[in-house]
Amino acid sequence: MDLSEINPVLLIASLMVAATPLLLAAIGELVVEKAGVLNLGVEGMMIIGAICGFAITVETGSTFVGFLAAALGGAVLSLLFVLLTQVALANQVASGLALTLFGLGLSALMGQSYVGVKPPDTPELNIPGLSDLPVVGPILFSHDLVLYFGIALIAAVWAVLKFTRVGLILRAVGENHDAAHALGYKVIRIRVLAIMFGGACAGLGGAYISLVRVPQWTEGMTAGIGWIALALVVFASWKPWRVLLGAYLFGGITVLQLNLQAAGVAIPVEYLAMSPYIITILVLVILSADKSSAPASLGRIFHASH
Amino acid sequence: MKFTTLLATAAMTLGMATAGIAQDKTKVGFVYVGPVGDGGWTYEHDKGRQAVEAEFGDQVETVFVESVPEGPDSERVMTQMALDGADLIFTTSFGYMDPTINVAKKFPKVKFEHATGYKTAPNVSVYSARFYEGRAVQGHIAGKMTKSNIIGYIGSYPIPEVIRGINSAYIHAKKVNPDVEFKIVWAYTWFDPAKEADAATVLIEQGADVILQHTDSTAPQAAAQDAGNVITFGQASDMSEYAPMPRVSSIIDDWAPYYIARTKAVMDGTWETANTWDGIGPGMVKIGEISDAVPTDVKEEALAMKAAIADGSYHPFTGPLKKQDGSDWLAEGEVADDGTLAGMNFYVEGLEGEIPQ
Repeated sequence: MDLSEINPVLLIASLMVAATPLLLAAIGELVVEKAGVLNLGVEGMMIIGAICGFAITVETGSTFVGFLAAALGGAVLSLLFVLLTQVALANQVASGLALTLFGLGLSALMGQSYVGVKPPDTPELNIPGLSDLPVVGPILFSHDLVLYFGIALIAAVWAVLKFTRVGLILRAVGENHDAAHALGYKVIRIRVLAIMFGGACAGLGGAYISLVRVPQWTEGMTAGIGWIALALVVFASWKPWRVLLGAYLFGGITVLQLNLQAAGVAIPVEYLAMSPYIITILVLVILSADKSSAPASLGRIFHASH
Repeated sequence: MKFTTLLATAAMTLGMATAGIAQDKTKVGFVYVGPVGDGGWTYEHDKGRQAVEAEFGDQVETVFVESVPEGPDSERVMTQMALDGADLIFTTSFGYMDPTINVAKKFPKVKFEHATGYKTAPNVSVYSARFYEGRAVQGHIAGKMTKSNIIGYIGSYPIPEVIRGINSAYIHAKKVNPDVEFKIVWAYTWFDPAKEADAATVLIEQGADVILQHTDSTAPQAAAQDAGNVITFGQASDMSEYAPMPRVSSIIDDWAPYYIARTKAVMDGTWETANTWDGIGPGMVKIGEISDAVPTDVKEEALAMKAAIADGSYHPFTGPLKKQDGSDWLAEGEVADDGTLAGMNFYVEGLEGEIPQ
């Protein structure tokens, strides 16, 4: 065992990278659920984002365009969920599961000619002076822009939900769609927009895996991160900052446990392997001891005639 | 009356027609642990499936289900395949062992083939490849090429198949480089590109300049390429898209001849329970082209070792070898027997850390 082999600066820098896909997908799903919709298709939208972002980046050579395409791809796929649940009034759980299966299959088809292709590097922030600072430089000032965008998005979602009229309407729709409807708000329209926002965020998260974290295209490469994002939203009690905390905890402990294993720490590996899940759940459950609960209309179907 | 006769005739014709089809075509099912596009383990099994189709054309029908989790859910998939009329089912991951045995009991007429396991039944065969022979060649190249003397190893699950690989690679790396140290990380997954990439990155950050993987995706290759100056080896498949650097060679599993032979046996009615474990010699394990990044003399030594293993003059587990705890395992010149290898649950002397139990 040699703990000195673990470089804390590199550790923190890489945990931020590991947490970002989860963070993006979870904050999108948080908005969707705040609007009263349960979309279990996060995994499917992520993997579509992963291949859209990858393919477009390879074709255009621009990661910016790639990430844009990933967000668009995720949002377009979420329209299928919109069609099923908001227009045809189908069951949200079944539709979400179907969306995941469909996304996994479609992405495999789309990605066939991209296996083994190396994407262009995602540019990293490099501020002369700041990025070169010891400790603080690598942790705070030398990531790619999407990582900062993810953190900014958390802040933005928090502020919008808490302080703005838009946020209030969104929450009203999620808490009691009949009352919101009676007040004259377009419940379906608001939900459609929320679902598309969720799709775009999931798409970004997926592309972050295929362009930054791995970087390559492999079928099924999201490997369950969408499901963890869904769980994270619940354990974070639908609060944006707790999503950030949960994602960093999960990403952090994932990377830390690999570091501990490589350094040969004498903790049984099984405990290390399960630790990201256990610790994230524990911390968030303890935090959610207050009275925060799910949006009251979550998962319920709305029809104006009811 | 006429109407019922008509119906009965139609039913009979239909019945005969379907029976006719069932007799004509041998249906072969494949259960995969990852997606067919993983570029590694499952990709090679699916190449084997395609080879069966190419060989027998209209005489066979193949079906596969990908990304089937190990455990109870796989039982459902196998049962469905058997109910759909499969004559032969290949279950291609270690964790399908007990499910395969359970389902096989319910369908005594269906033949099952389980990869990398050790439990057989009258209608269940097991087959595997001697990957450790390839690991020996890898270990040799890795030991010669590492500059930091730290070799990172990404394990999937602590099962004999993986432990054999670690031991074999370590013995041969140590032989050519006494200062070599192995850092082993267990990913507890066969396929999770993000986690595999994280594991590779962590090992590189801790000084490894050679990454060996026993997981299925090409993600560690991508991570190594990103880091630069790190070498890797293709696992299960050639992964040649990452050659000449970081991928300097590979272990390729070639299942096609076996799948064709077993399908043929079912067609001819000569199928019998078997326990197949083939290596470099019979061609089930192949060593991918050693790239120019490897110095010529190292390449020649590696090829010589490959030839010696192939013709049987060298066994990768040849004594004197001790276990990790210092107790004797193999005496001078003694080679390991297949039983010990198949159930290997210990590290050899020099490896650090414990095998998770």
